[in-house]
Amino acid sequence: MTLEHVGRRAESDARSRGYHLNPDENFLKDLLEGLKKNEERYGYPSCPCRLASGNFELDRDIICPCDYRDPDVEEFGNCFCGLYVSKDVFEGRMPAMSIPERRPFEKQTRAANMSMEAPSSQPLAVSTVTAEPAKTKAKLWYCRQCGYVVFREEPPYVCPICKAKREFFADLRIEIHSPK
Amino acid sequence: MNVVKVQGGNKNHKVFMYALSTCVWCKRTKQFLKDKDIDHEYVDVDLESGEERRKIERELASRECYVYPALLIDGRRLVKGFNVEEIKEALGLR
Repeated sequence: MTLEHVGRRAESDARSRGYHLNPDENFLKDLLEGLKKNEERYGYPSCPCRLASGNFELDRDIICPCDYRDPDVEEFGNCFCGLYVSKDVFEGRMPAMSIPERRPFEKQTRAANMSMEAPSSQPLAVSTVTAEPAKTKAKLWYCRQCGYVVFREEPPYVCPICKAKREFFADLRIEIHSPK
Repeated sequence: MNVVKVQGGNKNHKVFMYALSTCVWCKRTKQFLKDKDIDHEYVDVDLESGEERRKIERELASRECYVYPALLIDGRRLVKGFNVEEIKEALGLR
């Protein structure tokens, strides 16, 4: 995992979603280094500005690009860490800023509790903490506009395929009828 | 716990910062305090492990704080995020 790889991945994601990367070169470089470091220590690039628990299931919503990027860029012009910015921020019409945390409080406490309960003799690495599927409240959601299906606790803020808003998602129940 | 002490001429308040080594807003806050010559201490929570880290996380959880940077001022007031105006106001800066 090189810094260039992390940078290219972010750049390509920004382009495909109509965002820009932070125009401040030093700021951007620090963020990419943070993402690289998190990927190396947790196994996934969690947000450099949030403390990951080391448990993939609990950290999933803060893996970059995080679940909160779309509404944050729309409301504030940048995401929580400042990696992704709007056109206005990119072109210098408004500054990137430190914004309020949108991640639900309940998710923050759950991740922190997992981290605090981890055995003290072991580092907080992904390999030492296993997810408990029984505790997950995830279910299937589908986008009524394009049919995209996702298995999460909540539907995404914006459909990653057709960009429909959260309201377009409905939970999906599958019934299997065996032939008589 | 690896607490970093940063000497500064302004010792009007006891300032302790909970930070993340990877967080750019934390880095900006560190620079801000330095530029303003504020005497302070900080810890990069993500670099801590075991009991030390849990102690820090428990302390923050007791204040219902899970965001970084978090500035504890005089052991009472907690300023969350790199909110320049709020930090200035809390430290009595102009």
